[in-house]
Amino acid sequence: MSQRMLAGQPVDVNDEGYFIDPSQWTDAMATELAREAGIDLTPTHLKVVHFLRDRHASGKPLTIRRVGKSGIVTIKEFYALFPGGPLKVSSKIAGIPKPTSCV
Amino acid sequence: MKKLLILGAGTAGTLILNKLYKKLDRRTWRFTIVDKDERHYYQPGFLFIPFGIYTKEQVVRPKRDFFPKGVEAVFAEVDRIEPEENHVVLAGGRRLDYDVLIVATGVTPRPGETEGLDGPLWHKEIFDFYTYEGACKLADFLKTWEGGKLVVNVAESVIKCPVAPLEFAFLADAYFTEKGLRDEVEIVYTTPLPGAFTKPVASKMLGELLEKKNIRVVPDFYLEHVDNEHKKIVSYDGQEEAFDLLVSVPVNMGDDVVERSDMGDDDDLNFIPTDKHTLQAQGYDNIFVIGDATNVPASKAGSVAHFEGHILVENILSYIEGKPLEASFDGHANCFIETGFGKATLVDFNYETEPLPGRFPLPVVGPMALLQETRLNHYGKLFFEWVYWHMLLTGTPIPVTTNMSMAGKHTPAPAASAEVQDADALVAEAQPAEAELFI
Repeated sequence: MSQRMLAGQPVDVNDEGYFIDPSQWTDAMATELAREAGIDLTPTHLKVVHFLRDRHASGKPLTIRRVGKSGIVTIKEFYALFPGGPLKVSSKIAGIPKPTSCV
Repeated sequence: MKKLLILGAGTAGTLILNKLYKKLDRRTWRFTIVDKDERHYYQPGFLFIPFGIYTKEQVVRPKRDFFPKGVEAVFAEVDRIEPEENHVVLAGGRRLDYDVLIVATGVTPRPGETEGLDGPLWHKEIFDFYTYEGACKLADFLKTWEGGKLVVNVAESVIKCPVAPLEFAFLADAYFTEKGLRDEVEIVYTTPLPGAFTKPVASKMLGELLEKKNIRVVPDFYLEHVDNEHKKIVSYDGQEEAFDLLVSVPVNMGDDVVERSDMGDDDDLNFIPTDKHTLQAQGYDNIFVIGDATNVPASKAGSVAHFEGHILVENILSYIEGKPLEASFDGHANCFIETGFGKATLVDFNYETEPLPGRFPLPVVGPMALLQETRLNHYGKLFFEWVYWHMLLTGTPIPVTTNMSMAGKHTPAPAASAEVQDADALVAEAQPAEAELFI
């Protein structure tokens, strides 16, 4: 675990840059994190990000399939918004843990 | 008479039936269990069938053999649950009332969910191994296959027995090596997740196994369709992987009765919203869910159903007595992972704790070794078949704690820190000198 500054505030992240505590996250941080991933954050990106945060907060597993059924984007659009592994990229921007399996 | 009704007589349904039969007063409770199939399959054995390690006959027994006397067994399709009415309607219209309902209807692979997966090549050059039929047909195919490119594809991230696809790749490496065919077979493992192993400690300790066994991993591969004509799988972002033999782990879904009863969660995968600690169905006090049918964020695995069984017995007894449900499931799972050539590793974890190295079930003496490849772990996996038929299904106590224990586990602190210790140092710490003692 280490600390970094995002949008003027210190946040705790793991060695891959994922948030340890999702409650430290703000919209302004998302813009900065997206820029680091080479993404110019649009309102649609932000809608997806908030959808993921809500799902995570309710303790439900996150899947690409579920994002595709969110009514916000299709799976193909999700890929277009967050290229190169959309769930792991968007989870980092959303301040939630990286999607994992059991091992 | 009060009525306890269980839907599903797989691992979870059978073990909870046996446990409750021993605990509930049989003068006042009537037990009914419903399943559409009269055969009980030892599902962990499906992994071994394609490689001829297990015979087809070895994994099947009559379900009836595992029901206590006096239990009414109904072999029929369930049409729907009507939770507001406290009854279940079978196909054909028969109605079964209940005071307490336990849903243990599991999940099944659904190749039809992916375009082209169950197309012309299905069970010809594309096989699943999570079904009896698929595992048997793949065994027949492999007997005469002369080699080529074997692609293992995991179609979705929430699947039954999440480690089995990896085990399949490891066992395939050993199988083709022992057949003298390994140079003719390229093995590729495609997963929608960021890697074959995704937890920090397990990745560091086991990640190199894939490279060592010459298995190429393609991460972040989310299957969109299968092109039967050109024999390739295609991901949503246009990645392609050609195959000569595709071993598929299709999308997993809960039973259709969940959908017909409008009881599934908003994933449309027919998983039932369930309290992850009490195992009570959300919104229905007298319905409980066990095993793969739930939407709890634990692995979909037999060991999870086993640990859930202890919690569920306590909570159902509390419910019947009008007391608060105090037993709390912690997401405990415990799985052997076959790594080929007579060795296996073992993982033990829960909702909060990732798999860690150490000894199991007892500190220091083990005898099993967590996150290490040993022969004893492999024998443990083979011996587990006996445990399954004779202890697990019959609800006999097994000397492993219900909630995960930290006793015997090491927590390699660097894994959680920004200063990551190198993998060799981690493995050295976790592998005491006696690791090979058990050979």
